[in-house]
Amino acid sequence: MMNMMMKKISVLVTTLLAIQATVTIAHSAAATRLTGAGATFPYPLYSKWFFEYQKRNPEAEINYQSIGSGGGIRQFTEGTIDFGASDAPMTDEQLAKLAQPAFHIPTVLGAVVLTYHVPGTSTGLKLTPDVLADIFLGKLTKWNDPRLTKLNPGVSFPDTPILVAHRSDGSGTTGIFTDYLSKVSPEWKKKVGQGTAVKWPVGLGGKGNEGVTGLVKQTPGAIGYVELIYAENSKLPYASVQNAAGHFTLPSMKSVSAAAAGALKTMPGDFRVSITNPPGKDSYPISGFTYLLVHQTVSGAKGRTLVEFLEWAVSDGQKLAEPLSYAPLPHSLAKKVEATIKKIQVK
Amino acid sequence: MKIIRKRRDIHHGDRYFYFLLKGLASGLPLLLFLIAAFLLKASWPTINEFGAAFLFTQDWDPVGEHFGVLAFAFGTIVSSLIAIAIGAPLSIFTALFLTELASSRVAKVAGFLVEMLAAIPSVVYGLWGIFVLAPILRIHVEPFLGKTLGFLPLFQGPPYGVGMLAAGIVLAIMIIPTITSVSREVFRSVPQSYREAAMALGATRWEVMRIAVLKTGSTGILGAVILGLGRALGETMAVTMVIGNRADISASLFSPAQTMSSVIANEYAEATSATHVAALLEIGLVLFLLTFIVNSLARVFVWRASLGRSAR
Repeated sequence: MMNMMMKKISVLVTTLLAIQATVTIAHSAAATRLTGAGATFPYPLYSKWFFEYQKRNPEAEINYQSIGSGGGIRQFTEGTIDFGASDAPMTDEQLAKLAQPAFHIPTVLGAVVLTYHVPGTSTGLKLTPDVLADIFLGKLTKWNDPRLTKLNPGVSFPDTPILVAHRSDGSGTTGIFTDYLSKVSPEWKKKVGQGTAVKWPVGLGGKGNEGVTGLVKQTPGAIGYVELIYAENSKLPYASVQNAAGHFTLPSMKSVSAAAAGALKTMPGDFRVSITNPPGKDSYPISGFTYLLVHQTVSGAKGRTLVEFLEWAVSDGQKLAEPLSYAPLPHSLAKKVEATIKKIQVK
Repeated sequence: MKIIRKRRDIHHGDRYFYFLLKGLASGLPLLLFLIAAFLLKASWPTINEFGAAFLFTQDWDPVGEHFGVLAFAFGTIVSSLIAIAIGAPLSIFTALFLTELASSRVAKVAGFLVEMLAAIPSVVYGLWGIFVLAPILRIHVEPFLGKTLGFLPLFQGPPYGVGMLAAGIVLAIMIIPTITSVSREVFRSVPQSYREAAMALGATRWEVMRIAVLKTGSTGILGAVILGLGRALGETMAVTMVIGNRADISASLFSPAQTMSSVIANEYAEATSATHVAALLEIGLVLFLLTFIVNSLARVFVWRASLGRSAR
């Protein structure tokens, strides 16, 4: 009995040792390991990037934890990670807390779309900024309101109350959307303001993009904002929104990249800018960058790998964005970002 | 006793083992203390800034940095009370049936199945709440309640499906296994002689249950209910998914609300301002104290019940 147990234990130990050995070998092949953390929104693309990049450069192993932009900024500030990631740029106050200066590297763009569930209507809802703001302020409460019917001739709206669905969790998506509303509606700016979590005047909160699409899908009369890919995946219609030039635009890769290009002229050198409601007749007005946060001076093999990765991400890596429904950086902007990456000093 | 002590002196191994276990066992209360200390330290900025007002205001505005826990405390307590109102009678009568009326085979199978409810992950309850319960509430239950009992403020307002009522029902189902299995133990521990005595006095079956079982076990049942309440107060995921997440205090059960644990889960990851983070952690502290008190109460009741038994 005892013998058998000893045998079993020895087998177990040998197996464990063997596993350990293989793991060590696998690890020792990667000479440089980078860790990053932050935004959840670009996570699907980032994990694809890190995977593809390691295939090209087996030396580089990049580990990313999608803990949310807030957590990413906190950990980056505390210096526990090699790079951070955030959907919203860091504020001046947050930058002041950093031990050493950092660059914001925009990687891709995401669009926030208005998705709705109105019985008797299908696609093609049109919204103007002030109608949109009044819906989310709780001032426009019925689908057959004259302002909506006038805007959408030919659509027969039902006499259904409008139910606003918003994110209950703090999110970069909410950040972009409230930033847009603050720009187009002084009343919104005064009453609610911009942030990753705000005090919503009306509506129900769903957790995550899935939560909001779930609410919209199930509740007749609902309207909510989600990232483009979630509306597409759940086959929900989304509205075209009137942009700053007065044109109604549907969200798409093209109209989002156009928005970034439209904002380019006024873009500051550190890219810390909101690109909601930009000029340009093809621009979709509700979109934003997502950033990687990188120190201006990095050191050693780790630093070199990081810079090489960034260069790849804003050039060849951009081709991987579109299949995953992220809008790539417009060419002119990508050049500017590359110039910033060149400024990172490797010691 | 003497012999054991002697052996302990001789065998050093026993001694070391004793110290090892003692160390491990005292580590756990220490952990509890450390958690409380951490929460207190982390929430110190907002305790300083808002003081007692934090407990009594319902304004929650991360942009304007006004924080108050009241709406979330309301959501937590009310959703848990709904859960108790629905779940406790169901569980107690189930336990009564299983110990007093059911054949032993039925009791075994049914008891096992009820306890299996505790094995379902809470996110699955949440999904069930969103996709099954909420539509039923929105289309059938809430309009019906509104029509028949709409004169009560409890059942007014538009039927969203998700909201306080949905959260209460989901929580009720989640606490049923806890209350049922503890109540079963309580009923089982009622001495057979009590039942026989009641029968000898000519009590009917129901009277036996009422006089001998329920009355004798009443403190134990209360303890079971409070244990269930403690579980309901802390539940996060399932509630977040069905409660509608709105920091409002409303009389209507149809309206959305939010709980203390769900606001932490919702906002912590993306909270960037120091005040916001501290405010969320202070909610954690309030929740910690609340569940600590509730669980202590449960312990006291169960302890008193078992004390009465051993004194028999």
